[in-house]
Amino acid sequence: MQHGKYRFIAGFLILPLAIYGIFVISPFVQAVYYSFTDWTGLSPDFRVTGTENYRRLWNDDVFWTSVGHNVLLLLVLPLVTLGLGLFFAFMLNVGGRRRKNAAVAGVRGSGFYKIVYFFPQVLSIAIVALLFQFAYNPNSGALNSFLSAIGLDSVRPAWLGDPSLALWCVMAVMVWSNVGFYVVLFSAGMSSIPRDFYEAALLDGANRVQTFFRITLPLLWDTVQTGWVYMGIMALDSFAVVQIMTVGPGGPDYSTEVLSFYLYTKAFRDGQAGYATTLGVALLIVTLIFAGIVMKLGRRERLEY
Amino acid sequence: MAVTTDPTEGAGAVTPPADEPRADAQRGRMGSEGTVLNVFSHGVLVLWALMVTLPLLWAVMSAFKTDREIFTSPWALPGSLNFDSWSRAWSQAHMGEYFLNSVVVVAGSLFGTMLLGSMAAYVLARFTFPGNRFIYFLFVGGMSFPVILALVPLFFVMKNMQLLDTYHGLILVYIAYSLPFTIFFLSGFFRTLPSSVAEAALIDGASHTRTFFQVMLPMAKPGLISVGIFNFLGQWNQYLLPTVLNVGDEDKKLLPQGLVALAVSQGYKGDWSGLFAGLVMAMLPVLAAYIVFQRQVQAGLTAGALK
Repeated sequence: MQHGKYRFIAGFLILPLAIYGIFVISPFVQAVYYSFTDWTGLSPDFRVTGTENYRRLWNDDVFWTSVGHNVLLLLVLPLVTLGLGLFFAFMLNVGGRRRKNAAVAGVRGSGFYKIVYFFPQVLSIAIVALLFQFAYNPNSGALNSFLSAIGLDSVRPAWLGDPSLALWCVMAVMVWSNVGFYVVLFSAGMSSIPRDFYEAALLDGANRVQTFFRITLPLLWDTVQTGWVYMGIMALDSFAVVQIMTVGPGGPDYSTEVLSFYLYTKAFRDGQAGYATTLGVALLIVTLIFAGIVMKLGRRERLEY
Repeated sequence: MAVTTDPTEGAGAVTPPADEPRADAQRGRMGSEGTVLNVFSHGVLVLWALMVTLPLLWAVMSAFKTDREIFTSPWALPGSLNFDSWSRAWSQAHMGEYFLNSVVVVAGSLFGTMLLGSMAAYVLARFTFPGNRFIYFLFVGGMSFPVILALVPLFFVMKNMQLLDTYHGLILVYIAYSLPFTIFFLSGFFRTLPSSVAEAALIDGASHTRTFFQVMLPMAKPGLISVGIFNFLGQWNQYLLPTVLNVGDEDKKLLPQGLVALAVSQGYKGDWSGLFAGLVMAMLPVLAAYIVFQRQVQAGLTAGALK
């Protein structure tokens, strides 16, 4: 029996482990190794150059520009997306006209809103990025023709072609496509908060804003924190949106350059595989710092209800 | 902000304890506040619903227009329904082939992910053996690392194994990168299943393998559906991996990747209506499937974050 059990365990684990080891673990480990070499990726020969790539990184202006953009994305995206998500979810669940015998009520048709808000989430990010690339088109795009239609003909910005606007355009698309996910996620969390809590708060004279900050948010904190990590990882990636939407390498004047896209161009366009993996390691470090900060700041007393 | 375990206590600090009549008066005030709020909340909710749907509708509308109409009047309804662009996108621009390619790859990878993921999750969740925790965290740890970090070496691993630009190679990679979440989610699920049923099956003489396939897997169906939807959407919409690992022939591309290639080539040709038709073609099946299965899809996609 014991013998059979181990054979069974091994039989079930061997294939998943092999696939995972070959395609996930080994590339990750190799990435760290190649970051210390001058490998081009074009030929099998390379030398170990020690920390040279890292010194180059330190003096690489484009690298620091991309880190800056990544940090900006990291600060703005989760704040706006989760903020909007919480706001809409609260409106859906608590914003309705009060009915008899209910302290709080959801708005009518909240199911419909949730379905619609979730649309962008099921679409490939490639589709979303293409769609908005057209919408942002300065000549025939939906946005500028809308501006013309309402008489703002003189405004008509170049959107993605404008270095000072391009990154914000990218961010708007990422917010657009992700808010729905958090509305649904937070709605699910909110609906599991017992109604008595709201009733008690109401009896004590708390208004909606107070109810939100004193009851809903604290009880939802775990979910918000998870959402923050998800959104942060999204912000650190953002490869597809930048690659598809922005013009030229990393937008006009590197204005939308982010680490993931810089890594991609270095590896697959410039033939600098070694340096690209160094960028990957840098990205990993930024990710770990971010995760550490969220965990540290987010630590709160866990509430049981 | 101080958090107390008793929320009534926290809210109680908001106003001094009110006596009966005051509480009534407040309730009256809150009633009118509720109406104002109701109008306001409907307002913002409708606004966002419009912001979500208008770009999508705009794309559908443009797909039926002529190139001229797209340029001269982007917001007007199409003068007449123009289906040429659809047939151009489907046949000449390979959209039909891209669609089939995606179906082949995702069918393979989804089946593989579910099978291998549930096998590993089951063993890790329900058997004790040395190294169990180590293997579990090895898998689950993969969730927190960005794929892009492994991309360059992965490309050369695939190249050395002659898997580059092949569907089976892509399927293997999709499976590998879907395993962490699948195992994390399903092992949590298997742990909650009662062990008495499995024991009964074993006593009746079923082997471990048979117990898994005939007893445990059917019991885990709700979990399998959730994670299956999650993986399906993730793999169907995957853009980064095929962009790097599937760069062979033009007509072997997958749907999202092919769409972007189409955007580049049609952009040069100026065939905007064909491009919009391709875009809508890629968009509609997923949206339709979502509307039919919306409850399951929402549950499946948010399941990971709610755990």
